[in-house]
Amino acid sequence: MNKKILSAVVGAAAVAGMGAAPASAATLDDVKAKGFVQCGVSTGLAGFSAPNDAGDWSGIDVDLCRGVAAAVFGDAQAVKFSPLSAKERFTALQSGEIDVLSRNTTWTMSRDTQLGLNFAGVNYYDGQGFMVREALGVSSALQLSGASVCVQTGTTTELNLTDYFKANDMTYNPVVFEKLEEVNAAYDANRCDVYTTDQSGLYSIRLGLSAPDDHMVLPEVISKEPLGPVVRQGDDQWFNIVKWVHNAMLNAEEMGISSENVDEMMNSTDPNVMRLLGKEGTFGEGIGLGNDWAFNVIKMVGNYGEVFERNVGDSTPLGIARGVNALWSKGGLQYAPPIR
Amino acid sequence: MAHQAGVETGADDSGRVSLMNDPKARGFVFQALLIVAVAAMVWSGVTNAIDNLARAGIASGFGFFGERAGFDIGQTLIPYTNDSSYLRAFFVGLLNTMVVGVIGIFVATIIGFVVGLARLSKNYLVQKFATVYVEVLRNVPLLLQLLFWYKAVLSILPSPREAAQEAGVEIAFSINNRGLYLPRVVPENGASLIGYAIVAALLAWFFIGRWAKKRQIETGQQFPVFLTGLGLLIVLPVLAFLVTGMPLALEYASLQGFNMVGGWVIQPEFMALLLGLALYTASFIAEIVRAGILAVSRGQTEASYALGLRPNLTSRLVIVPQAMRVIIPPLTSQFLNLTKNSSLAVAIGYPDLVSIFGGTVLNQTGQAVEVISITMLVYLALSLLTSAFMNWFNSRVSLVER
Repeated sequence: MNKKILSAVVGAAAVAGMGAAPASAATLDDVKAKGFVQCGVSTGLAGFSAPNDAGDWSGIDVDLCRGVAAAVFGDAQAVKFSPLSAKERFTALQSGEIDVLSRNTTWTMSRDTQLGLNFAGVNYYDGQGFMVREALGVSSALQLSGASVCVQTGTTTELNLTDYFKANDMTYNPVVFEKLEEVNAAYDANRCDVYTTDQSGLYSIRLGLSAPDDHMVLPEVISKEPLGPVVRQGDDQWFNIVKWVHNAMLNAEEMGISSENVDEMMNSTDPNVMRLLGKEGTFGEGIGLGNDWAFNVIKMVGNYGEVFERNVGDSTPLGIARGVNALWSKGGLQYAPPIR
Repeated sequence: MAHQAGVETGADDSGRVSLMNDPKARGFVFQALLIVAVAAMVWSGVTNAIDNLARAGIASGFGFFGERAGFDIGQTLIPYTNDSSYLRAFFVGLLNTMVVGVIGIFVATIIGFVVGLARLSKNYLVQKFATVYVEVLRNVPLLLQLLFWYKAVLSILPSPREAAQEAGVEIAFSINNRGLYLPRVVPENGASLIGYAIVAALLAWFFIGRWAKKRQIETGQQFPVFLTGLGLLIVLPVLAFLVTGMPLALEYASLQGFNMVGGWVIQPEFMALLLGLALYTASFIAEIVRAGILAVSRGQTEASYALGLRPNLTSRLVIVPQAMRVIIPPLTSQFLNLTKNSSLAVAIGYPDLVSIFGGTVLNQTGQAVEVISITMLVYLALSLLTSAFMNWFNSRVSLVER
């Protein structure tokens, strides 16, 4: 009790904001009332969430938010984006400033259980890696003892880095910044020998460096980083919507339904396809949406494979292979529960 | 008039006037009501916060302080590893903030006084240079200045590999984009005598000063206290150094692997922050010093000259003591500003309190309410301590009015 009072007394200043936050109100109703989904994204990570030169956001994480908007409104453009730093992201979601956080965020137990948040799935299986200058002549992360390492604060990366160097009995000098752009600039200016973050992020960041070809990503993956969308705890309906938008995109890929052939697929007599596209059953109504929710998602955003290919796949400068992010039926980890 | 009469009656014989009209009773009631209202507001706020945190399922309390931090910090003044607790990480951040604050205040004050005096110089070049310094640094936002020092000046220095040329070679002095490398003094057996010698010299200086003052009051004779003291401060430690057989070794930095190893390292983040804070605040201090000196009327100088005091003594005994009472109070504000502005360190990656505790710890624990409140309390405490010290100092130097 004592502890509780003390924590509250010093927290009195934060009260006004907390009081106003719709801690357990129905997010779906709020979203419908305001007419758009407020989506928390990164401040710019190519392939995941980054604005293009026209100011439109694109990326895997962005497409998940567009999918949610398509399911709720039948309009994939009914999204507003809030660029957030790693440090700001959870507070923004807790306070109700955003409806869903889709910002290459690693699903960990403490985040899932202690922050009042829920992870609604994994839209990218990642792992932490290291990037170095080729001129250093390093070929393995185990040769990095004594190096200066650039890292962003408020990330699981910071902790994995510590654990990895400790486990391998190596020393390093951390150089920690709050914003991604600051880390990028410091690494580019040779303030550090090593840049560490999720491997997908390294590929994306490498493209933005002044001389991308001078840098290489080391082969070691030192951690599990399941990245996924996050919602507030205590609103199961909204949690279900976000979770099943992601699952619908996976199921669509598995059934071979894409944004191009979804109209033809409406004529399909396969009961699996009919259930997904809303011709059979009332699955949409079950989560508070129209029965054409999945149809809209696939039609306007595409299936998971399309989203992956469009944003980070071989046709993009990132050129990331599907790898563990392939469907389970093709040797990967992406597996969605069936719609029935 | 009527009102005044009423007050008098009330004071003389309060029994006859109803409590409604008694100003004392009324004042008491309103103050009590105000206290109740404020207490109710605080109480409702506190319970609201507790309820909301509990309903949102967010962990609360201060138990996290004892947990393992699990992250590393680039600059630590006290022993710290990733196995240390969050509490220790907090102290590392606090000390990093304090060290940049204290050194910053020291450097800013010196530069500020020099520039402030230079603005009053009769030398055209010196005076214009000081004016340009003040006007440029005072009018550019501090954050931009920090970024300038960090990104435009320090980060374009050569990398350690380029700076060192060869691995393993010891280097006495190197400035590269990983920091400023200087030789480190390593004390060996018997080195403590040197420390005692320094203390002894300082004590001797103090007592000679007291003795000289007393003698001057009694006999009017002067004694060169400063020169004697400085002489002692140099001679005694050197003697101790020689007597004990030169027990100090120098450790040099050398390139090993990626970085320079050994020696005494000052990180570029610290240098950039210190430069930015000190130079920026010094421009304000310079103006305060100039204002303080100009506030002493010209007649004081003339009167002093008329008494036959030389210019040097005039400024030391007449002008500066009077200027100080004008300078100290606004100087305190500048010291407070400097300490608080050091929180901009987060922009250039210096591990200060806000960066370590308000950044990393907040994120690892997710306990924003507790962490931010503590951070605010710490800055409040630092500021109050600085002000208390400066108020004490002010009362020491302020003129005793007779």
